[in-house]
Amino acid sequence: MSGVLSASVVADTFTLPTIDYGALAPVLIVAAAAVIGVLVEAFAPRGARRPLQLVLVFGSLIAAFVAVVMHAGIRQLDGGGAVAIDGPGLVLQGAVLLISIVGAMLMAERMVDPAGDAFAARASTLPGSEDERQFSSRGFLQTEIWPLMLFAVTGMLLFPIANDLLLLFVALEVMSLPLYLLVGMARRRRLLSQEAALKYFILGSFSSAFFLFGSALLYGYSGSIKFGKIAEAIAGNPGQNMLILVGVGMVAVGLLFKIGAAPFHQWTPDVYQGAPTPVTAFMAAAVKVAAFGAILRVFYVIFGGLRWDWQPMLWVIAILTMLIGAIVAVTQTDVKRMLAYSSIAQAGFILLGVIAANPAGLRGAIFYLVAYAFTTLGTFAVVTLVRDSTGEATHLSKWAGLAKTSPLTATVFAIFLLSLAGIPLTSGFIGKFAVFTAAIEAGAMPLVIVALFASLIAAFVYGRVIVLMFFADPPADPPAVVVPSAFTTLAIAISVAVTVVLGIIPQPFLTLLEQAGVFIR
Amino acid sequence: MNVYAPILVLLALGAAFAIFSVTLTSFTGPKRYNRAKRDAYECGIDPTPQPVGGGHFPVKYYLTAMLFIVFDIEIVFLYPWAVAFDKLALFGLIEMLIFIGTVLVVYAYVWRRRGLEWE
Amino acid sequence: MEVTTAAGGAFAYLWLLIGFPLAGAAILLFGGKRTNRWGHYVGTLAVVASAAYAVILLLALMGRSPEERTVVQHIADWIFINKFSASIALQLDQLSMVFVLLITIVGSLIHVYSIGYMKDDPDRRRFFGFLNLFVAAMLLLVLADNYLLLYAGWEGVGLASFLLIGFWQHKNSAAAAAKKAFVMNRIGDVGMSLGIMLIFVTFGSVTFSTVFDQAGEASDTTMTWIGLLLLLAACGKSAQFPLQAWLLDAMEGPTPVSALIHAATMVTAGVYLIVRSGPIFDQTIVASTVVVIIGTITMFLGAFIGSAKDEIKKALAGSTMSQIGYMILAAGLGPVGYVFAIFHLLTHGVFKANLFLGAGSVMHGMKNRENMRRYGALRAAMIVTWLSFMAATFAIMGIPPFSGFWSKDDIIHAAFEHNIIIGICAILAAGFTGFYMTRMLVMTFFGKARWEDDQHPHESPPVMTIPLIILGIGSIFTGIGLLFWGNIETWLEPVTGFETRELAIPAIVLEGITLLVVLVGAAVAIAMYRRSVAVEAPKGNVLVRAARNSMYDDAINDTIAVRPTYWLSRSLVWADRSVIDGIVGGSAAFVGGLSGRMRRLQSGFARSYALAMLGGAILVVVVMLLVRLP
Repeated sequence: MSGVLSASVVADTFTLPTIDYGALAPVLIVAAAAVIGVLVEAFAPRGARRPLQLVLVFGSLIAAFVAVVMHAGIRQLDGGGAVAIDGPGLVLQGAVLLISIVGAMLMAERMVDPAGDAFAARASTLPGSEDERQFSSRGFLQTEIWPLMLFAVTGMLLFPIANDLLLLFVALEVMSLPLYLLVGMARRRRLLSQEAALKYFILGSFSSAFFLFGSALLYGYSGSIKFGKIAEAIAGNPGQNMLILVGVGMVAVGLLFKIGAAPFHQWTPDVYQGAPTPVTAFMAAAVKVAAFGAILRVFYVIFGGLRWDWQPMLWVIAILTMLIGAIVAVTQTDVKRMLAYSSIAQAGFILLGVIAANPAGLRGAIFYLVAYAFTTLGTFAVVTLVRDSTGEATHLSKWAGLAKTSPLTATVFAIFLLSLAGIPLTSGFIGKFAVFTAAIEAGAMPLVIVALFASLIAAFVYGRVIVLMFFADPPADPPAVVVPSAFTTLAIAISVAVTVVLGIIPQPFLTLLEQAGVFIR
Repeated sequence: MNVYAPILVLLALGAAFAIFSVTLTSFTGPKRYNRAKRDAYECGIDPTPQPVGGGHFPVKYYLTAMLFIVFDIEIVFLYPWAVAFDKLALFGLIEMLIFIGTVLVVYAYVWRRRGLEWE
Repeated sequence: MEVTTAAGGAFAYLWLLIGFPLAGAAILLFGGKRTNRWGHYVGTLAVVASAAYAVILLLALMGRSPEERTVVQHIADWIFINKFSASIALQLDQLSMVFVLLITIVGSLIHVYSIGYMKDDPDRRRFFGFLNLFVAAMLLLVLADNYLLLYAGWEGVGLASFLLIGFWQHKNSAAAAAKKAFVMNRIGDVGMSLGIMLIFVTFGSVTFSTVFDQAGEASDTTMTWIGLLLLLAACGKSAQFPLQAWLLDAMEGPTPVSALIHAATMVTAGVYLIVRSGPIFDQTIVASTVVVIIGTITMFLGAFIGSAKDEIKKALAGSTMSQIGYMILAAGLGPVGYVFAIFHLLTHGVFKANLFLGAGSVMHGMKNRENMRRYGALRAAMIVTWLSFMAATFAIMGIPPFSGFWSKDDIIHAAFEHNIIIGICAILAAGFTGFYMTRMLVMTFFGKARWEDDQHPHESPPVMTIPLIILGIGSIFTGIGLLFWGNIETWLEPVTGFETRELAIPAIVLEGITLLVVLVGAAVAIAMYRRSVAVEAPKGNVLVRAARNSMYDDAINDTIAVRPTYWLSRSLVWADRSVIDGIVGGSAAFVGGLSGRMRRLQSGFARSYALAMLGGAILVVVVMLLVRLP
């Protein structure tokens, strides 16, 4: 034990890390665009900022996606082993970028709210104050959201390819810090939004502390922060001790917090409800993909040899997550809170793919993530459209009879809900099927039964909303479904298309995942 | 586990010192309270007024403090680079320039947005 | 062993069977208001085209030798996940063929009927769009060559049924009914998905032919589980005990929907599933016994409910449950019963559609009121409806030579071969059938007129009565036709297997006893309802009241499922927001003390969230360590 530790500490050999900047291009492009975005904020005149930022955001995200596509087939460790660029990593990066593009479309929307976009005109003004009113009426826009978003995307792109605990931690913070801010910037119901941001920040820091503590223990155990080295140490030392077990647990806590797994889920409903809805859509989709990417890599690459130890723990977490998410969703009366609990349940289902700990589980989980992400983007996008005089009409009673006033919107929302419920011919079904069969293959039949039971309860939740929209009478003061600009329209169209196409012809994507292979060790 | 023994000893010493000093002062120190002493301690500045009745929450102090930390931490990174300058060679120089450049961008933003002005 | 042949010749366009109604649905649902004027004709034409093609296919199939009647058409590769694969491929064999004929022909008649029935509905186009969608999905269900594709059709019919139940959104009860159908069907789906996954894990495939070829190799326990899970799926779709509650509520939909979906086709999908999975059920005595028991329970349950309901459609729904109970019972008997389950399914499809359309015709003439206590003496006002309804009533009661006689008697016979108690149950249920159907007939068409003052009963237009006449003729002759001309037993044998055993008592005696019991039931009904029917329902005894309330299924579901879920959800919400301190605090004094400290340190709920996280972290570590302990 002490030998391992001192050997690496005392080591005086120093080699320069080689960095293949080309392979890191997606991350670098987005990061550079974010930095330029800050400069735009500093020097560009007020009126020019939004158009410039939009060009930067969409330009960099698309360029980064092209870079990811061009890297298809690369499989290497980089930066002295701190970064692993491999098939699943690239697929996850591509997914994050596409989700971000759609998310950015939602954030760019200016037609649905008569006062401007979904963000406070000036986030620093006191809610309800004269200042706030003035800034708002003069049509100010908080264009800092764009660099913030790009920084978050940078973190998300690093998250699934980080192959080193320290880089993983940096990625986690780069992803989270901008999100804490974005959450607090809603134009309407600002107190709720700010409270959510503060909660998210405090709890997020708390979870980071767990992660860091776990990393320290893992370093103490193995003498390295590199995934590969830790895995070697575990393999070479079959008699585990407290250090490694607690370390695995603590790192898991930090990561499970980000995906909203129970009992680390409690921030989710508050934050999803309080955040500006486009931000909710973006983070519900993209953070899940990135964080699950990291979880998959950590549990496959580092802890692969320890699976008999962590599988029971994840069983408990997955069961809690699925059941709490589904059951609590039953009594929710706010659409955004309901979707938040539903996303908790969905995270539990995806955990089954992690627990399976086989290539099938990996592929299933990634498929499920992508399917879930686009469906979620779509659901929240629809939420932004249903409004009354006070902003979004999120109370479920307002959604009654929506099909009568706006059949198209209701139908689209119903398609998303059916996908979340896992009805065949939607992407959600294929995702569930892929993950569940992988779990059964790995011998987790009881877990799958619990999952189906939870999805049954969840189906009740979704079914209730569908029935409400299609069969109930509209309330006395029905909300209006506003006609959005091309941004949101396109975002919803893409989400519907992905949801349906992945449900009917999933094969191309499944083949892609097959080709992507498994994580590099 | 002998490598951890010194850490444990240090931990014990630290805790003992803290307990010892707090206990000692609570016995030996005079207790003469006035208004200022009863106020919450906020880094030596006036305690913040509560945001009721439209009272603003002054963040100027914290803003400046945070900016200080940002640029302070920058220096922390420069030290090891300077120590290992020879070994890192050109690679290190370029990386460091990128790093300083990024921090400069932040500086530019803060400056343009008048974050450096007190009033 | 049967030979599977690739689709060629007349079979080359097998996909068109589904393609026609699917195209119809697409035109009607996406075409918008432009198609309002002629949409219903397109919808009808699409199904008629499928029916015509189905007849051609039947002739082509009959032209082949019995071993070569399984045709498979591969359309596209669908899913390949690791070892798992499912393709979009259709399989037409003798079993699917009879279903296709039932669906398209009865479907065509119901489409024609709906032109008249939905004439004044502003949403007639949408209605036909949904109907077409349903037909397409149902055809997919019976033509699929693997379980996954079957499941896609299974959900498709569920969706269409859901949309059609709630079609009349202005009725509040329709919304509740649609929700109930959705949830109950999802329970069935849990069985379906688990069953399919288990099949895949066991056999490495979900294609029928591959699975059935290896059926003998798996362990008994596995087969029992698969069987039970598929049965759960069947219970959801076919309204079998304990998932029967939604069917009665489903009657909120327009009557042609009740006829097509909730009587003739969709609700029999469960029977199809069990018969199709025959090779699996043959391996497991436990599962098939449970099938028989479920069928028997539902047979009585439906009969009770049908005997007490005063709304004509609900009484018919009870009867549907009961008759499907017969089919499930027969399907549980194994190769002795499969053929008869399907036989009864076919005759039932015809005469039950006839009964529902007849009921619809009565309601059409009675301002859409359903209460039979307010009917009476309608035979003079609507002669065609009355005659066709009577033909179907005799058919369902099993009076020779009406069609139900042949199929039901076969089931009773098979039940006796299996077990004398089941046989006696089947005969008793037949007596109930006699009772409730006669009651319905008498209350509606005979006795004194008990109409409300504003009623002017009249016969329906020809577009509605012609389908009734055709179905009425069908109610008389389908049984004889299928049995003697169609040789249903030998026709289905290559797919389902068929065997028969000798009984101790001669068949003719059994038939005589059955007929006697039915007639006794009918006589009781006549005695009770011939003279006078109270306009207000009398209070009745415990059993009557229970039956009238559908055996309190709502209350039961509420007590055992809905309320506990809500309670749990509420308490979890509460726990989410407030009692975390308590839960964690109870576990250790240390944490309890910490909680007090943290309360002072932080404000708002974030503190209890953080505490929950701490608790979670402790949980994670404890579980990790516990696993190591032993």
